[in-house]
Amino acid sequence: MDVIRSKPGVFPGIVEAPSQQDLKIEQRRARDFLKGDLAGQELEEYVESRLLTTTLSKAGAWAASNALFPATFGLACCAIEMMSIVASRVDIARFGFEAFRASPRQADIMILSGRVSIKMAPVVRRVYDQMLEPKWAIAMGACSSSMGVFNNYAIVPADKFMPVDIHVPGCPPRPEALAHGILKLRKMIQDDPDLGWRARYDAEKTAELMPGYELSEELTTPPSEPYVLDEPVAATPTEGEGA
Amino acid sequence: MATTERSAYRQMEDSITMDARLERFGTVDGGEHELLTVNLGPHHPATHGVLRLLVTLQGEVVIDLRPIIGYVHTGIEKTAEQKSYWKAIPVVERMDYLAYMFNATAYCGAVESLLDLEVPKRGQYLRVIHMELNRIMSHLVWLGTSALDLGAMSMFWFCFRERERILDLFEQSTGQRMHTRYIQVGGVMEDIPRGFEEKLREFIAIMPKRVGQYRDMLYKNEIALQRLKGICPLDEESLLALGVTGPLLRAAGNPWDLRKADPYCSYEDFDFKIPVGTEGDNWDRLAVRLAEMEQSVRIIEQALDGLPEGPHITEDRKIALPPRHELGTSMEALIHHFKLVTEGFRVPPGEHYYPIESPRGELGCFVRADGSSKPARVHMRDPSFVNLQATAPMTRGTYIADLIATLAMLDPVLGGIDR
Repeated sequence: MDVIRSKPGVFPGIVEAPSQQDLKIEQRRARDFLKGDLAGQELEEYVESRLLTTTLSKAGAWAASNALFPATFGLACCAIEMMSIVASRVDIARFGFEAFRASPRQADIMILSGRVSIKMAPVVRRVYDQMLEPKWAIAMGACSSSMGVFNNYAIVPADKFMPVDIHVPGCPPRPEALAHGILKLRKMIQDDPDLGWRARYDAEKTAELMPGYELSEELTTPPSEPYVLDEPVAATPTEGEGA
Repeated sequence: MATTERSAYRQMEDSITMDARLERFGTVDGGEHELLTVNLGPHHPATHGVLRLLVTLQGEVVIDLRPIIGYVHTGIEKTAEQKSYWKAIPVVERMDYLAYMFNATAYCGAVESLLDLEVPKRGQYLRVIHMELNRIMSHLVWLGTSALDLGAMSMFWFCFRERERILDLFEQSTGQRMHTRYIQVGGVMEDIPRGFEEKLREFIAIMPKRVGQYRDMLYKNEIALQRLKGICPLDEESLLALGVTGPLLRAAGNPWDLRKADPYCSYEDFDFKIPVGTEGDNWDRLAVRLAEMEQSVRIIEQALDGLPEGPHITEDRKIALPPRHELGTSMEALIHHFKLVTEGFRVPPGEHYYPIESPRGELGCFVRADGSSKPARVHMRDPSFVNLQATAPMTRGTYIADLIATLAMLDPVLGGIDR
């Protein structure tokens, strides 16, 4: 089956949720508006709407971080300890983490539980690509973080081929250690989801498209004038914003 | 892809096609039914690891099946050649990751045979206790995950509850839950600590009752009965021809168990029975393993009662590290310690194959020594690898749902298969 990888681009007909960067841009715009272009009632309404967006995104992050669906993806020894976090002693269900999903389409976190061989690495990357945004990854154990005790020709650390948010050390880590890693990730999602990992690993918008879907040229070509955060923003409100 | 030269192995890998294998089977029913080839894995929740199966189906019936392995190939055998004998134990342990005590015992047994080294009786008994605990733990993980494959969630909770008890015991005596590196060349790493015996006695008192609970949950469960009874049997001759050992062979009625057939680690001292099945179907495979857990408890009880006094590891200072307290007072001990840690001990040239009975069958370790402090070759005869051959003969002509159940009852551990 041929899989078309689109990058950059979005699915046709799907409106994207505002990303963190877009929010930052809009907040900067709002600050610029405060310089005198807007006044009185309009200003208050504008800021209120911006505030609502940020609060919404925070609420979304809170909800997402407390209901993570991990992909059922066992590789080696660590998979057994990963199973035992679901069992009664650690009981990760307390943090809404127990719903392991067999399909990557339904999962939003991947736990790399064990050694990733060179033969397995493309499969892992493909499963990761099949997961929908927003998605996170935990490298569990020494092997998937640093090749561990083996350190030989057959093993490849996860950082070489996919972005990893949390590394859990151990060989294998205790279930408590993995639970600690999950709580760290939870905190990370709640505070600021974007740490720039995905951009650095070239992993943004790599979701696969089924054959038959064609992307219009408009969607596949990057915008001609990218918005640069460091440059001052011209205070020219568009028509829709009614300035 | 075509620009670089591809190795013979990669070319062979390319030859695995996803086409329906019509060329081998021809058309079925005069071309009325089409054959369909389905890919299962390597990421599939019911394959117990990263096993990949190409299944040729006619409707829902499995016509043929081809396992593709190597997705957790770790190069452990090669890595062991680059480490001194006693430093290779941690990597060898990680082969079959549910039977780490067995991996270490097979490897250490081979090295001890090459060294012509006698393990003290207490060391042997402690090995037996830990191996049998490990066997129960491995069967518990198997039972929990297999029941998950059949759709029973609660078995998983119960099995992992008991597994935690065993891992607590391991943690107490060895310091680690998994991959304990407890088995040493010449004996075991440390004597059991104070309080271990009481906890172990508590466990062996409770475990037979728990096995009874598992039976209560499964033996009267309509779904389990329907899914397992009479499903995918294979007779003794075919299993022997394929080299299958362990609970799968015993389920077919052959009482082959290396603990009885070729006792090692003083297994001849203990009184235990070998559970065998009659039909060789999935139900017998389940029943045999459940009965094996009870027998393991019996062995542990006897080993604990008859635990002899004496050293837990050989007194030969050329092989085993001296006790910590000697290092401060004895020059000799310091020299031995230094030599062992820097270079390791040397093993006279020769080769040896040391088979033991792992939870999955005959686990044998072959070690060839060239006189240096590193092994020239370490090879494992892993039971999962050999048993996997039986998947196709077992499942030909059955439904694909039964294939999943059979795979669960086969209990393959991919870490052991790929190594």
